Amino acid sequence: MTKKKNINRNEGESRRSFVQKTALATSAILTMPLGVESMANVQGDKKLKLALVGCGGRGSGATVQALTADENVELVAMADAFGDRIERSLKGIQEHFDGEKKIKVKEKNRFVGFDAYKKAIDLADVVILTTPPGFRPYHFEYAINNDKHVFMEKPVATDPVGIRKVLEMAKIAKSKKLNVVVGLQRHYQSKYIDLKQRVDAGAIGKIRSGQVYWNDAGVWVKKRKPGQSELEYQMRNWYYFNWLCGDHILEQHIHNIDVANWFVGEYPESAQGMGGRQVRNGLDHGEIFDHHFVEFTYPSGAVISSQCRHIPGTMSRVDEVFQGTKGSLEIGKGEITDLEGATQYKYPKKWGEDANPYQVEHDKLFASIRSGGVIADAENGAKSTLSAILGRMATYTGKKITFEEALNSQLHLMPETLTWDSTPPTLPDENGLYPIPTPGKTKFI
Amino acid sequence: MMPSRFFLYLTLVVLFQGMYSLKGQESYEEKLNGVDHSISMVFIEGGSFIMGSPKTQQGHFGDEGPQHEVTVSPFWMSTVEITWDLYSLFVSREWDQYQVVKSVDSEVSVDVDAVSGATTPYVEMSFGMGTDNYPAICMTQLAAVKFCEWLSAMTGHFYRLPTEAEWEYAARAGSSSAYSFGDDINVLGEYAWFEGNSNEKYQKVGTKKPNAWGLYDMHGNVAEWTLDQYVPSAYSKRKKGIENPQEVGDKVYPKVVRGGSWMDAPSRLRSAARRPSSKNWKKRDPQIPKSKWWHTDAPFVGFRIVRPKQIPSEEDQKKYWNYK
Repeated sequence: MTKKKNINRNEGESRRSFVQKTALATSAILTMPLGVESMANVQGDKKLKLALVGCGGRGSGATVQALTADENVELVAMADAFGDRIERSLKGIQEHFDGEKKIKVKEKNRFVGFDAYKKAIDLADVVILTTPPGFRPYHFEYAINNDKHVFMEKPVATDPVGIRKVLEMAKIAKSKKLNVVVGLQRHYQSKYIDLKQRVDAGAIGKIRSGQVYWNDAGVWVKKRKPGQSELEYQMRNWYYFNWLCGDHILEQHIHNIDVANWFVGEYPESAQGMGGRQVRNGLDHGEIFDHHFVEFTYPSGAVISSQCRHIPGTMSRVDEVFQGTKGSLEIGKGEITDLEGATQYKYPKKWGEDANPYQVEHDKLFASIRSGGVIADAENGAKSTLSAILGRMATYTGKKITFEEALNSQLHLMPETLTWDSTPPTLPDENGLYPIPTPGKTKFI
Repeated sequence: MMPSRFFLYLTLVVLFQGMYSLKGQESYEEKLNGVDHSISMVFIEGGSFIMGSPKTQQGHFGDEGPQHEVTVSPFWMSTVEITWDLYSLFVSREWDQYQVVKSVDSEVSVDVDAVSGATTPYVEMSFGMGTDNYPAICMTQLAAVKFCEWLSAMTGHFYRLPTEAEWEYAARAGSSSAYSFGDDINVLGEYAWFEGNSNEKYQKVGTKKPNAWGLYDMHGNVAEWTLDQYVPSAYSKRKKGIENPQEVGDKVYPKVVRGGSWMDAPSRLRSAARRPSSKNWKKRDPQIPKSKWWHTDAPFVGFRIVRPKQIPSEEDQKKYWNYK
């Protein structure tokens, strides 16, 4: 079990050495172009065709970053459940480049509907998967089966069925030497990379405990509109429905839980916690909680407290903090202190001086595709997603649940197939309210 | 300077007495219905002052000259920067039901439902620096302008951002030195939060000494939005004694922020220092289109509000609220 849960430290290693390799490969290209041809899976300098699947603000942002990362990338196809989102996205991307780059996606290559993703992926070399997370496993599966390089946003699933699918496809992607970058962008942020190296070098000793936070006022709400079917309403207001979003402990707080996994160097063994919906409980708030507090216990014995809250007017904090046998680390402050509280190290760069990690993740993806490298983020993406699902299971049921139980759980929120005639997996009662999990009553499945 | 300001004030009173209902020149508390908050507004008499700084001033930058005389009409200004407590009411819009009933005393006719609202940000915009009585940050100029419109609709009083000239006039509070208290940066820490004493974060508003007119944190804590487009050469085109100058412009960038912040070195906190806003302040916004309402990379920018004594026409009010 420990073996399974150990984060592959080599992954970080290979990413670092990959940068060096990229530099080497670049100079190799300059001096002996023929040498490149003999490398496996190298795209050289050919035009890379890009498809965007899921045309919201983040997907459009990721597309801009992909088009910025590499000179010779062309956006050839877009897919979304809703046509209006494709048009808005395309306009936003065009306006961003403001004529600097020609962004043209043929009308026949703008695909609308639940199966649109297949048609868009078919046309591309590289795909961006940024729909609501419930769809991700199935889109990822199709992309990998069709030999595409992938950028996909976190989380990568909303239920264990989806997680197992992503883990299976992660292996296949690796064997096919396909690059997969997951939008857990802290892994691409120099501050985090610097601090992680210091922790690995023993700066705070062995991590014994930590606190990770995503506490703020909450996110957008899309109100129900007259004439919308129940399915369309849920798709538009997807943040509040678990089959699509997975609750905010997953959709947002995954970033901080993932950092805990990364810095501790393991995945949690078990979780228990509490949560509920105290304030955000109106008609447009679907079925998710507005607060969760989870205690994750790791195989090494480290205990991480994880709190996420979406309640206006309360203390705001998004951060990760760890205590080790020799000292402590506060990532927000970028500060390492000893056991007496004296500063031992301060991350030197000021606010905004770090490279934009959202851009860096695409720079690395495309450089790796060009040079024949393999970035393999999917396995960690799936296991950190599962860690957050584990936390959600703990707060919904009020029980202590193990990582193994969560991994093997039969919970299946996301329907296998969907059409606009499908009935969504959760429905409101006669007052317009959805069933809400109740600790002590909600069963672990 | 005092006599000329007083004379101007008298002139204005005589000129507008018949046309406008004068509320007197007292400072007041804008009490907000239904919530615990109020906004302390101090009356600033109109007057003339020398805008900009001399080349000889330590830290002087070319856009601060030439120095020129400017006349400003009277207004009230919030004694402190707008705090998260208040700003989050605008973001959440959960307080709108407490809008005052419009009456003959209303200076504005705008209905709160008609005011566009800032989106809820995906990332936590106080960056863990605190929200209770701490200054709101990271809003775009548009968002600060719309806050003013919203607050006007809520209270019936006309609020807007200060012009650069009003801001500098108020910051100087009658002084002509680099800072309102003089030129000695060793004294700065008594009046301001800046790089040297802020402990790398903004601080609660109104905890340092105020300037001579009762305004807190004009130097430091958070830099403050003004209405003006940033035009580096603006001062060289102005006629002597110009009244209520404002660089009106349609471009989203650059606008002017004033006063410097918790992140800045002392020279950026000077009364005359001008800083242009930049597209880069949205650098790490992961969405496209980037938010109209939030600057992910401007944790040093906030704002305060003014209420002019002379209430503009409905049409002019709209210009201050960014209607084209």
